[in-house]
Amino acid sequence: MKLAGYLLRRLASGALTVLAVATLCFVTLHALPGDPTDVLLDETAGPEAREALRHALHLDAPIASRYEIFLREAVFSGMGRSWAHPDRSAVAAVLEVWPHTAALAASAMLVAWVIAVPMALLAATRPGTRTDAAVGVASLLGMALPSLWVGPMLVLAFCVALPWLPFPGPDASGPASMVLPSLTLGAGMAGILTRMGRGALREVLREPYVQTARAKGLSEPVVLVKHALRSAMVPLLTVGGSQLSALLGGAVVTERIFDRVGLGSLFLDSLLRRDIPVVMACVVGVAVTVVLVQIAVDLAYAVVDPRIRVSA
Amino acid sequence: MGLPLVGAFALLAVVGPWLAPYAPTAIDLAHDLEGPSRAHWLGTGDNGVDVLSVLLAGARLAGEVSVAAVLISVTVGVVLGGGAAFVGGRVDGWVARVTDAAQSFPSLIVNMAVLALATRPGVGHLIAALSITGWVGYARVARAEVLRLREREFVTAARALGASGSRVFFRHVLPNATGPLMVQATFGLGATVLAEASLSFLGLGPGASASWGALLDQGTAHLLQTPRLAVCAGVAITATVLGLNLTGDWLRDRLDPREG
Repeated sequence: MKLAGYLLRRLASGALTVLAVATLCFVTLHALPGDPTDVLLDETAGPEAREALRHALHLDAPIASRYEIFLREAVFSGMGRSWAHPDRSAVAAVLEVWPHTAALAASAMLVAWVIAVPMALLAATRPGTRTDAAVGVASLLGMALPSLWVGPMLVLAFCVALPWLPFPGPDASGPASMVLPSLTLGAGMAGILTRMGRGALREVLREPYVQTARAKGLSEPVVLVKHALRSAMVPLLTVGGSQLSALLGGAVVTERIFDRVGLGSLFLDSLLRRDIPVVMACVVGVAVTVVLVQIAVDLAYAVVDPRIRVSA
Repeated sequence: MGLPLVGAFALLAVVGPWLAPYAPTAIDLAHDLEGPSRAHWLGTGDNGVDVLSVLLAGARLAGEVSVAAVLISVTVGVVLGGGAAFVGGRVDGWVARVTDAAQSFPSLIVNMAVLALATRPGVGHLIAALSITGWVGYARVARAEVLRLREREFVTAARALGASGSRVFFRHVLPNATGPLMVQATFGLGATVLAEASLSFLGLGPGASASWGALLDQGTAHLLQTPRLAVCAGVAITATVLGLNLTGDWLRDRLDPREG
């Protein structure tokens, strides 16, 4: 019951955040100079056609009533029709590509955790050794190497020099085509998580309860995984959650490198075509994703660390 | 390790364009995508443009854009975040809420929106787009620092001596917050270089000037024929960002012992 109340409160405040982001975005898009009909119509269109289109898109209405229309459409008709493809709603356009981007971000996050946790354990249990130093350099490189460079180099290595994986392109599909994009997007996050994880584990390993666990005669793997790693997870989850927005931004670049369909390419195309409803739907889609994942991360704290209780 | 990389980058950004053997936009269709030669040390790219000259011009652009965007972001961040924390009360609550919301939204997407809607994006647009999102991080650091310093004895002493609010803020509180802000700004320079490269890579950079991101985009298109272009641009970006990150680490160890 307590949990339900907590979830309701979080969802309500999340909805407010999404509304704030949407409003800010609406104001920015509508305050910027430039007539969308310049891009939507070709040059041969006469002034009457232009005026008719402006009227149909409510561009001739004052901003307050446009905002009212926007809110009404957001609730009742999938955020309005796409201006470039009027046969579908803006939300439908976003939902069509959203799973691709979500899958990419999720698998990148998986890659980051699968790399970071063993590396952090390896370095934290061998402080001051060569292994520790090597992990340190690798994590720093992971953070500094730009994904827009890692991507093409991975393609050269694993699609050209060693042709193990399919060459990227819109036709590439299946799990094999996800390997390199996930690695490209996850490398930076893996570097950050490794650094944080090493630091957190070093601190936890000095705690008295770890000594107690050892003194009880528990095997070292049990001490490390059940006692040390579990409390080191709390700061890691925080960093992991805060990296989500960077991950979604990075997904835009990664999709472009690997020529993949997704939210990033839809957003860029819609921006360049001045397809404002779809741009707004993309922004709202990202905001909703971030809000939901944040709530999930906060719930995960309570699972990982029983000392933390869900409350206001 | 970090400082020499940053020094080399700064030097090339300042004097590079004078050293460049060609204009970064000089077209030479007879020597399209050629390998390294005596005339073109790093070879040529699309339309026979000299890669070395493009790299040097790109360093200038990256330097200009990142320094300008970070300066604007630090100023706005300190005034908003630090000022709000100093004033306290409802203003502080609102600023904290706005920075939290802004930080949870992908900054690259905001940058893209601003640039894509500019009819002909130039260097100024790029700096503006990066500053619109850049201030958030500094506002958070400045706020945390001011909240930490606000109740310290020397601040109370200054107030008791009758110093005005702005004098206390600028002469007593702010100078003690410069360490963490400088650390943040160093990492921020690296992040801005990366963001500029990403935006140029996506085709949203200033069309008229040569940039590392645009060269990388060219390199990705010609990856199979000449990986050289992608390698050159990537090494330039990576070395600069790595140098700035290492310098940030070094500064943090020196200036900010709490986080070490």
